[in-house]
Amino acid sequence: MAETVQQLRPAPRPAAPAGAASGGILRHVPALTLGLFLAPIAAGIVGTWLPAFGYLPALGGETLGLAPWRALMAHPSVPGAVRLTLASGILATVLSFALAIGCVAACHGTRALTRIQRMLAPMLAMPHAAAAIGLAFLIAPSGWFARMVSPWATGWTTPPDVALINDPYGLSLTLALVVKETPYLLLMILAALGQSRANERMAVARSLGYGPVVGWLKTVLPAIYPQIRLPVYAVLAFSLSVVDMALVLAPSTPPPLAVLVYRWFNNPDLALRFPAAAGAGLQLLLVAGAIAAWRGGEALAARLGRAWIAGGARGGSGQRARAAASAAMMALYAMTGLTLAALAIWSVAGRWRYPDAMPGAWTLDNWARHMDGIVWAGGTTLSVAVAASAAALVLVLGCLENEQRQGLRTLTRALWLLYTPLLVPQVAFLFGAQTLAVRLGLDGTWVGLVWSHLLFVLPYVFLTLADPFRSLDERYVRTARCLGAGPARVFWRVKLPMLIRPVLFAAAVGFAVSVAQYLPTQFVGGGRFATLTTEAVTLSAGADRRVIGVFAFLQAVLPLAAFAVALAVPARARRARRSPEPTP
Amino acid sequence: MSGAENGLELRQAALTLHGRPLIGTLDLAVRAGRVVTLMGPSGCGKSSLLAFVCGTLTPAFAARGQVLLGGRDITALPLERRRVGILFQDDLLFPHLSVADNLAFGLPRAVRDRAERRRRVHAALAEADLDDFADRDPATLSGGQRARVALLRTLLAEPLALLLDEPFSKLDAGLRDRFRGFVFEHARRNALPTLLVTHDPADAAAASGPTFEIGTEGLAPCTPPRRLDKPGTAA
Repeated sequence: MAETVQQLRPAPRPAAPAGAASGGILRHVPALTLGLFLAPIAAGIVGTWLPAFGYLPALGGETLGLAPWRALMAHPSVPGAVRLTLASGILATVLSFALAIGCVAACHGTRALTRIQRMLAPMLAMPHAAAAIGLAFLIAPSGWFARMVSPWATGWTTPPDVALINDPYGLSLTLALVVKETPYLLLMILAALGQSRANERMAVARSLGYGPVVGWLKTVLPAIYPQIRLPVYAVLAFSLSVVDMALVLAPSTPPPLAVLVYRWFNNPDLALRFPAAAGAGLQLLLVAGAIAAWRGGEALAARLGRAWIAGGARGGSGQRARAAASAAMMALYAMTGLTLAALAIWSVAGRWRYPDAMPGAWTLDNWARHMDGIVWAGGTTLSVAVAASAAALVLVLGCLENEQRQGLRTLTRALWLLYTPLLVPQVAFLFGAQTLAVRLGLDGTWVGLVWSHLLFVLPYVFLTLADPFRSLDERYVRTARCLGAGPARVFWRVKLPMLIRPVLFAAAVGFAVSVAQYLPTQFVGGGRFATLTTEAVTLSAGADRRVIGVFAFLQAVLPLAAFAVALAVPARARRARRSPEPTP
Repeated sequence: MSGAENGLELRQAALTLHGRPLIGTLDLAVRAGRVVTLMGPSGCGKSSLLAFVCGTLTPAFAARGQVLLGGRDITALPLERRRVGILFQDDLLFPHLSVADNLAFGLPRAVRDRAERRRRVHAALAEADLDDFADRDPATLSGGQRARVALLRTLLAEPLALLLDEPFSKLDAGLRDRFRGFVFEHARRNALPTLLVTHDPADAAAASGPTFEIGTEGLAPCTPPRRLDKPGTAA
């Protein structure tokens, strides 16, 4: 008996593609997807490291050598830039991580967490540049906060001469990063919670006498940390290499390394491309080193944590921690809300004397006068974001559908590939990617621009859509197939409509990511394309706040609108079907 | 071929899970209009045997043997071309489609005429006593109504055999009796060979057909032995 059964041949593949043609194309989607976003990054890194060692024939660099690195190290701004980069990037990551973890630990299973979760989408939708500009509008000496308490509390009748933004320690940049990155980490922690039976772990811990916060830290955090490790590294990499926020908020003498490198790349003096490339290489090394150090920190924390867990300390009721965490999160949310309000008010402000808390006159002139720029930049932003998120959606759905039809298993290693564009600093490969774009004739074209955005849109769309797609009850698929529907019909008529909410949500995420892009537009757009983001950042270097307000407000509102549509459309369709109207 | 021209037949079928034997070699023939019941404890692989018949076996399983429907070997066909209808514990009505659209989803595409399609859907609705529920969201229906729609959706696809994977187990007692009658009545009227998998003896009794215990040794007739569509008659 046993021998005969051992010889069983596998059952014929039930999922054999019915439409050979569509199955044929589908099979190549994963390779196409990987090629589309890994090739530019690989080419970009090579194309940046070669000039870093002096090789760039187009500019006369024919021989390999260390001259660019020597020039970089000899530059007086570099040590300060590196210090600033490390200080603000690591501090921002540690603070965001502590806040997000503290918030979930303190509020697990409470209504407060539900509230926090519900308000997450608008927080995530806010583009980095708009968040930075809005923050500057709030905390600058001539900003809204100062105006609200002046002159009655401060006695100021003119803006005080203190560096509240562009401060030499990069604290305002750090604050802006915390405001932006904490909600992202929160989202990732909440997603991981769903897959770790956290409620049961908490029930066990509580019944053994552990307080809620200590219980969470001891039983849930160790379980979910592996799942949030990559997002944490992405936050670390981003905080160490952000450019658009730094242009608005960081000091300029010296700026953070990424900004310094970006300036050299843009300098009319072409000889500076070589030290710039070396600087981009240094940027990559800094990020890699920081991630390695964080990894070491994890090991240390795990060792100390094990001892702490074995010690059996139960912890208190967690009331105070809960209050503190809620307050901190509310402060972040309020900050984001005020940011948006400040941008909106400045965009319609007429006369606004210091230190009045509100404008003396309101006007739409700021908008009317810049209508041309708004239409052009807005149109580019919109068309690129729609194209990039649509392309990402098609590729991601193709990959996921192919994975299901072939019965493939997902690998953790594939996730690392997906995270590559989020871990490699943009400034460390975009110069090389631009070289590739020139080769392909895509430099400064709309298609090239869409492609460059796709690199960053795609991972987020994939990460947003993969879980809902994979967890769709496959018995629906089987039922539909048994009713005579082929794989293609099942995809269009069953899977897609049932997943319409996550699909639209993923599209909105992709849209928001594209709208927020700054460096890819500057590099690959070749200066020929202005988006709301590049306009807002450029203007923030010294234009009238009213004009900055117009562009930054629009930039902030576009993703919000996309999220609103993504949430409203399925809800409406649902309501329409739910209303009981028996047909006559 | 004896009486199996319009019937469902398993020849030398066996299943393994991760290489371990799950169901021993068995032969089984179900004649048109008859219900054969397969019983066994949960985890014995009875649902997997149905999955093998309708072609939805997951790659963790390996299967041997042939499935014949109306004398035709369907073992290698993609599942949507097998014309084997199946009902699960859950009704699995598509939540994004109205009741009528759920039914229309089952209707073969060969029925092209729109009026004819509408006529058949409405006939099915009338059959289920749900004439006024065409445009309703399935979520607004009661459990019994949903179960009836699920059966009629399956029948509209014009299957040549019906598989029942414990479709009564989630209904409460009174409803269960009525729905059971509804299903067997339709199976008989459509002359469908029907394979029922259950662990509830009451299901087997109501099916009033041969009942087998399945396991690693293949099939064993259940007590009290009934008049059998004897396994292996077609071999």
